[in-house]
Amino acid sequence: MKQKNRLPHLFLGIVTVILYLPIILVVVYSFNESKISSVWSGFSLTWYETLFRDKDMFQALINSIVLGLCSSVCAALIGTLGAVAFTRLQARSKKPIEYLSTLPIMIPEIILGMVFMTFFSLIGLPFGMTTLIIAHTAFCIPYIYMLVKARLVGMDPSLAEAARDLGAGELRVFLDVTLPLLAPAIASGMLLSFAMSFDDVIISVFVTGVNVNTLPIKIYSQLKTGVTPEINALCTLMLAATILLVALSSLIGRLGKQSTAQKED
Amino acid sequence: MNKPHKKNGAVWLAALPLYLFTLVFVLGPLVYMLILSFQKRADVWGVVHEFTLANYQNILTPVYLETFVESFRLALTSTFFIVLIGYPFGYFMAKLSAPWKKRMMLLLMVPFWTSSLIRLYGWIIIFRAKGTLDQLLMGLGLIDKPLKLLYSYEAVVVGMVYALLQFMILAVYSSAEKLDWNLVQAARDLGATPFQAFYTVTLKLTLPGLLSGVILTFIPSMGLFFIADLLGGNKIVLVGSLIQDQLMKAHNWPFAAALSVVLMILTSLMITLYKRVTHSNELEGIL
Amino acid sequence: MLKGISLSVAQGEFITLLGSSGCGKTTTLRIIAGLESPDTGRVLLEGKDVTQTPPNRRDVNTVFQNYALFPHMTVAANVAYSLKLKKRPKAEIEQAVRDALELVQLTGYEKRMPNELSGGQRQRVAIARAVVNRPKVLLLDEPLGALDLQLRRQMQQELKALQKSLGITFIYITHDQEEALNMSDRIVVMREGRFEQIGTPSEVYDLPKTSYVARFVGTANILKATVQSVENGVAKLQCSGGCGMVQTLHYPLTAGQEISLAVRSEQIEFSNAPDACGIPATVSEKSFAGGMLRIALRLSDGSEVVASRHGIDLPVKIGEQVMLTWQAFHAVPVDLEAPHE
Repeated sequence: MKQKNRLPHLFLGIVTVILYLPIILVVVYSFNESKISSVWSGFSLTWYETLFRDKDMFQALINSIVLGLCSSVCAALIGTLGAVAFTRLQARSKKPIEYLSTLPIMIPEIILGMVFMTFFSLIGLPFGMTTLIIAHTAFCIPYIYMLVKARLVGMDPSLAEAARDLGAGELRVFLDVTLPLLAPAIASGMLLSFAMSFDDVIISVFVTGVNVNTLPIKIYSQLKTGVTPEINALCTLMLAATILLVALSSLIGRLGKQSTAQKED
Repeated sequence: MNKPHKKNGAVWLAALPLYLFTLVFVLGPLVYMLILSFQKRADVWGVVHEFTLANYQNILTPVYLETFVESFRLALTSTFFIVLIGYPFGYFMAKLSAPWKKRMMLLLMVPFWTSSLIRLYGWIIIFRAKGTLDQLLMGLGLIDKPLKLLYSYEAVVVGMVYALLQFMILAVYSSAEKLDWNLVQAARDLGATPFQAFYTVTLKLTLPGLLSGVILTFIPSMGLFFIADLLGGNKIVLVGSLIQDQLMKAHNWPFAAALSVVLMILTSLMITLYKRVTHSNELEGIL
Repeated sequence: MLKGISLSVAQGEFITLLGSSGCGKTTTLRIIAGLESPDTGRVLLEGKDVTQTPPNRRDVNTVFQNYALFPHMTVAANVAYSLKLKKRPKAEIEQAVRDALELVQLTGYEKRMPNELSGGQRQRVAIARAVVNRPKVLLLDEPLGALDLQLRRQMQQELKALQKSLGITFIYITHDQEEALNMSDRIVVMREGRFEQIGTPSEVYDLPKTSYVARFVGTANILKATVQSVENGVAKLQCSGGCGMVQTLHYPLTAGQEISLAVRSEQIEFSNAPDACGIPATVSEKSFAGGMLRIALRLSDGSEVVASRHGIDLPVKIGEQVMLTWQAFHAVPVDLEAPHE
């Protein structure tokens, strides 16, 4: 009854190709021998060597990883506890706090960067890793909070009741039942947080200290001042890491679905 | 009836970090932004604690007003193209078979998770003088000298569209996914033409996704200064670029704060409008 | 929601709370379990007041309506959960889990995850988990509700046998009268937060106290009648433009009294004798369902009576005038006591 219309598939295909085109170009040129990235002069791994000898770049990578880990862990702690507590709290201040805590991903990043920069200098916090972690935690909390909250809403309340009925106190219920069931949501929230933190340019530019570079800041300044092809090599490696992360997250997603499959019927 | 056992202490303890963090590091900075925007800039460095409306008046001067208008125009143009590409993409994607949906999702995830700087860099390679695009077009004999696309308005629009397209696709997809296609069939059965059925059923029911996508792309596109910076040189000045300049170069913090307040108000207006129109509290497809 | 109810349950008794949804039976159960606290009133367990005792310290366990198995734990871990909390020695726990699973015929399923089990198997795990540390009382909230008819019948038998062998008090919730009649020592019929009648299955079935119980447990017709005379334990009634009878063995009736009468549909008979004591009625509808022929009849005052028979058909036609009669001992006067406030 319905004719097969190929046009939508063609459209999806073309757009996807365009989405990938710039990424593929970066990868291809990372193996280019020439210093000028518009001219192909033969296959080479020179830029990878240059990259691995670049101590600043390595330090920036370490900084970014530390920053991503710290802020996603902090956000996971604060966000998870908060989301669990908020489902049971009956306080008038709950709604406004909930609204405020998710605000950092609703407003333009530039505003967030601006307010953090001015506020940190107001309270006299020295700019550096600490300020970076606080700022990144602020925009990571909403992801964790929203994912955990959604999971809590979908959770069967009789599971916690069953645990209590079988003799578990409040804390044990949380540790034995609630937390394991929230684990997939927390894990994917942390993964998302890490990715967002690892990719952030705007907020980091404002709250970083003189001597602390994150990878995006480093790349940004290199791109601004004149490109060196080692950036291509770096980008290729980051891309590989990204694909690994995506694979990992889809695996976590699948595991998460498995553990919820039971309550569907 | 459901009397809480004396568990409130533990619950409060668990809520405490979120309360503290939110009050100190979200509310605090925002309040300070508001205060700052009414203060005077010191002659050389810092802020004078004196009430003034000068910063807001300053925004109304033609130079800065133009930045807002320009920024708005760029955001509108980008959003227009994002809708044009992203809506049909999300819509068609929702109509794919289940395994293809999954595959498409994975395909989308890789660029989505890739550092935005890397993706931007790819466009620099394409647009740069004698870059990929020039080579291709010259090779085809369509042009005989480089287009000089890098550092142009068009390049910035492409960069914006590219950087934000996924948000639109995911928002539209998540709301088209929930759509009961039987409704479209029913509309057709009741005598609607395909276009009428699309307009009266599909579009109406995917509107939350579409609007959410618009917000998720329009709001950031006023602030993504590094795209304007890298692809537009210093020709294109966004509100975001202006705020950054005022903070980092001119050291006029009160003015930067006033600009942020205005941008924040515009943002809130849009979100409020969205909530009014769709009667929903959360943006579609944000996660 | 619950209004002044009081119930004492004997050790080792199988008692069923029967009622339609929203009658307060689940709330009653949750109060006994400690998952909800009553505004007033007390819960006593073996004479001790446990009203303020949290559920984790009550010697009462629950089989939840949707089983509430922990999806992230194996069958064995689910069953062992309460024993682990009590820090029992490992060997003892293993033995107890094995015994409990054997009891519900799930030996060999220890390593499975709940989502790998069928509905009936999950049900058994939930029961094993609840009985493994031998609570004083086991609460079951519509445990068979999600199972299909055949499995439900089989599980009824098993549950009853299990209860007998364990000697644990069962408090069972259902809205299914057949289940209640089949399994219980006593049935509590609930309605709008009150106890409508408490009694053995045969008391509730044969001698319903109220028209609600008569209608809910089995299908009974309720007829309005006036007592004309009482003779030899049988009252003669004037009833819907006709004549009827009821035995007065359990109920003192006096002439002139207005009563409501419950007569089960399968006990309504058709008579051709012109002088029989019966009610004239018109056959309005015949339908066949569940192995029973259902005949709807309209009385002269416009009310409807239902008669039912085993079999496919009866020699009555739609529109035909018939005389409805019943044996005096098949009729029960109901709503004699004023409804309590």
